[in-house]
Amino acid sequence: MNLYIINLKMLRNLAIIIVTATLLSVSASAGTDGDLILKKNPSKDIKETKDCFEKLNRATFAFNQGLDKAVIKPIAESYRKLPDPIQSGTSNAVKNLSNLITIPNNVLQGDVKTAMINTGRFVVNTTFGLLGTIDVANKMGFPKYEKEDYGQTLGAWGFGPGCYIVLPVLGPSTIRDTGGSFANVFGGDPFYNASIHGNNEFLGEGLFLTTKALSGIDFRANNIESFDNLEKNSLDFYASVKSLYLQDRENKIKNNKRGNIDVIYSDEEDWEEINN
Amino acid sequence: MKKFFLVILIFNLNFSIAQCLDAEVFVQSTVNRASDILSKNISKDEKINGLKIIAKETVDIRGVGFYSLGSFRKNLDNNQKKKYLDLFENYFLKSFSSRLSEYTNPKINVLGKKVLNENYTIVNSLLVATSERPEIKIDWRIYTKNPENPLIRDLIIEGLSLARTQKEEFASILNSNDNDFNILFKTLEEFSKN
Repeated sequence: MNLYIINLKMLRNLAIIIVTATLLSVSASAGTDGDLILKKNPSKDIKETKDCFEKLNRATFAFNQGLDKAVIKPIAESYRKLPDPIQSGTSNAVKNLSNLITIPNNVLQGDVKTAMINTGRFVVNTTFGLLGTIDVANKMGFPKYEKEDYGQTLGAWGFGPGCYIVLPVLGPSTIRDTGGSFANVFGGDPFYNASIHGNNEFLGEGLFLTTKALSGIDFRANNIESFDNLEKNSLDFYASVKSLYLQDRENKIKNNKRGNIDVIYSDEEDWEEINN
Repeated sequence: MKKFFLVILIFNLNFSIAQCLDAEVFVQSTVNRASDILSKNISKDEKINGLKIIAKETVDIRGVGFYSLGSFRKNLDNNQKKKYLDLFENYFLKSFSSRLSEYTNPKINVLGKKVLNENYTIVNSLLVATSERPEIKIDWRIYTKNPENPLIRDLIIEGLSLARTQKEEFASILNSNDNDFNILFKTLEEFSKN
């Protein structure tokens, strides 16, 4: 019986890790303006992320594509048919909750000022913004919100990405980013702690999983055309997704507002060699 | 003598301003041309053909093609290079015009630029938001070696480089097939035919 309970707990934790990691592994854009600086030889600083498990990754990728077509995309399409206020309210609410992971990561990366701004944003949106459904802070002129996670913090601390991996259901990741996701369930996500371990009648496992699922659906719904277009115009869709994921993570770890040339072109000399 | 230096100074100033403006004006005029085609009430095929003409004139397809091959390009002989460039041009024009033809009446504002060196300028622009999608930042890598004929070498959308993505895609195809160029050629050919 005890073993059964332990297994159930393990399964529950695994489900939570998977759903949480999805959201960490998907996420979107790379920022606003800023200077583009060209170093003489940036390739020395940038190591290629190895695809150590390519065969397994491609198989998992194919599985995920099947799942997406059969389940996730249809749900995302239905979600898009909901009235705009419901969509934007959902999107705002899950974004607001992500502050609870962003704030400790701001601190861990030494960015106390942004941590304080994000704390203010969370308080304002949770109270005046009706549990985050309205982004009041944005209307008040708070700076643009940039998500942070433990994978980014590990990257900022100098940990390399390790191998590229494709997780079932969750999609693209790296060893470092997957490791970072585990921090959420080991005390790094206050919402997880309050929902799963807290003794609170309003919060629970169901609510936690629902918010994570909604976050994933919201992301997918916002990117239906982009993904379709990318798939249609790719020679190797797996390789395209991998490249875009890794570029996005590099940008986020370096907090590049616009794409920094150092990161974008892992070997700038390759361009210089090509003359017309 | 003083006047002479003043004339030289003004000439240089004008020249450098003209050079600075070139890449931005080039991008804005290219965008306007594409936008004109996309907003016309014509068939999708006509739009695609119009976009292909613009791409041929404004994109350094040969340069992008060689960049996409990365270090593999050093292993090609002249015949293979010629074949590759032909195949790449067809692939690129189809892929590029197909991606763009999905947009109707896009409005792109050029915001500024950063000169990297005499060969390259990055032009920053913004695809204005609509009710269906948020604003999108697009940076253009412009090859300015010939200032009279600037050419696009890359689009960097929200920090993600299309050229780098394409290069890594090609590398993946080659690596998965024992670096056999014929497989890459066949893949390019099939994409263009379908």
